[in-house]
Amino acid sequence: MKIFKKSMLPIVALALFGLNYLLEDNVDGYVLRVIINCGIGMILAMSLNLINGCAGQFSLGHAGFMGVGAYVSALITTVLTLSPFFKTDLGVGCAILTGGIAAAIAGYLVGLPSLRLRGDYLAIVTLGFGEIIRICFLNFEQVGGARGLPGIPRVANFFWVYLWVVVTFVALLRLLRSSYGRAILSVRENEIAAESMGINIAHYKIVAFAISSFFAGIAGGLFAHFQSFIDPNSFVFNKSVEVVIMVVIGGMGSLSGAMLGGIIVTLLPELLRAFDNYRMVIFPLILIILMLVRPRGIFGHKEIWEFFRKKASS
Amino acid sequence: MLQAFLQNIINGLAQGSVYALVALGYTMVYGVLQFINFAHSDIFMLGAFSGFYLAKWLTPIVPNPLILLLATILGSMVFCVTVGLTIERIAYRPLRSAPRINVLITAIGVSLFLENLGQIIFGADPQVFPALIATKSILNTGGLVLNNIQVLVVLVSLVLMVVLHWIVHHTKLGTAMRAVSFDIEVANLMGIPTDTIIIFTFTIGSALAGAAAILYGLSYPKIEPLLGTMIGLKAFVAAVFGGIGNIMGAAVGGIVLGLAESFTVYYISSSFRDAIAFGILILILLFKPAGLFGTFRREKV
Repeated sequence: MKIFKKSMLPIVALALFGLNYLLEDNVDGYVLRVIINCGIGMILAMSLNLINGCAGQFSLGHAGFMGVGAYVSALITTVLTLSPFFKTDLGVGCAILTGGIAAAIAGYLVGLPSLRLRGDYLAIVTLGFGEIIRICFLNFEQVGGARGLPGIPRVANFFWVYLWVVVTFVALLRLLRSSYGRAILSVRENEIAAESMGINIAHYKIVAFAISSFFAGIAGGLFAHFQSFIDPNSFVFNKSVEVVIMVVIGGMGSLSGAMLGGIIVTLLPELLRAFDNYRMVIFPLILIILMLVRPRGIFGHKEIWEFFRKKASS
Repeated sequence: MLQAFLQNIINGLAQGSVYALVALGYTMVYGVLQFINFAHSDIFMLGAFSGFYLAKWLTPIVPNPLILLLATILGSMVFCVTVGLTIERIAYRPLRSAPRINVLITAIGVSLFLENLGQIIFGADPQVFPALIATKSILNTGGLVLNNIQVLVVLVSLVLMVVLHWIVHHTKLGTAMRAVSFDIEVANLMGIPTDTIIIFTFTIGSALAGAAAILYGLSYPKIEPLLGTMIGLKAFVAAVFGGIGNIMGAAVGGIVLGLAESFTVYYISSSFRDAIAFGILILILLFKPAGLFGTFRREKV
């Protein structure tokens, strides 16, 4: 099933552009913020899903790569003052893309040595790298150190964020349908069997890691240019955990599940705002209960449309 | 020069023995159940707070500081064991046969839950841990300072580790524990009550965390609900450094980490204090993936 044709991209872009104006005029600023945060959450969840869900590796350092994207893109638009071009929409777009590429390189460099490890050891090493990246930001005075980096142009709006949501979704979906994606999935299913079928496991793991880091970097860049302020505390270990929770809630290996997870994890604390301080207690409780009751996440390995198709054919 | 070097060793040993005690809890649970018990760091935090309240309550009643200290340590250990066993019963036992990643996520969930609950109950502001015994410098020559708290921390940790070593290597229970950590299914077939052994493992781990928390409170008297996070991560690094699942490794790892940190703060910069732990971790995993004393079991088809 071909979900997305190339010719549809301009139509989607146009629709998002229209929706952007519609939302900005009619929706309360707080609601719009939450919607945009959901979008960033979705990109993060989908990107981590490639490592944790599809390649079957366990990464706990996603916030680090998000931080690389955020800092590199913010560095281009704020600190370096290259040209006024980088204050415009298009310039910021380029900066965010550069941030993504920087994150991909970081992911490649981290992945190169650490993907020899597996399981929990990999989780710990990625955790360690994530923390080291954050501590580096903390110690670079050029990017504000612990005080953070203010004054980033607020350019990322609904249109840009959701355009990237669509791009991420389509890119990852197409990747997974390709022979490359099949190879990545085979690594998850059984490494030894995959290796004996002639699949270069290390290569596919690193590629998955780099692609995933790229989109995490993009999410970081969007985050920086939406909040207009970043500090190392935005990329702590708990942020990585949050992304892992998104993937697990939605169902590991399911792109639409990851999107749903991104929405739930971003929305839930907002919806529980009525409970005030208790919301951060209720949230982990829901997570624990979900793990006890539905351990495979909401969608499991499946995509949302597979549920409907099954009903139709049987 | 030499004084500074020795001083760093003293500080590092005191800090490292706290890490070692916490690391033992991680490594034992990992050895038996093969998952990272993220909630362990928050058991440590709860131990510190239970000690805080217990000490406040006991101080007017108990005049002797030594008895007061022992009572606080024991009380905190008992409290931590209760919490640890409750977590095991409610959150981990139903997931015994589930994939490991689910247990890991549950552990993270429990950890978040305890942290946030702690912030509601104890308040987010740091509290000052009561000085159960007055700080006295035992040695103070030529810039070298050694106080009684540091000696106490190292001594108590040493005693606990020796007791643990005796339990694991010289009792029937310890033998059963080692059997379960070697292969849980075969141990079960051999008639070892695995659930009891797992409960026992959690008991020891949590008790050590409780003791470590009091020792930590004595040497760094500022406690807050998020206190466990960094210490937990570092203790875990220590456990991995020594080879996770290996009890001696955790002890050595904790000491090495404490020393490395102390030297980093002195010779490089205090802002890299947290980075050094992870740097060490990455280096050791790259060159010796199973840790210093660990054995690597090759996966077979």
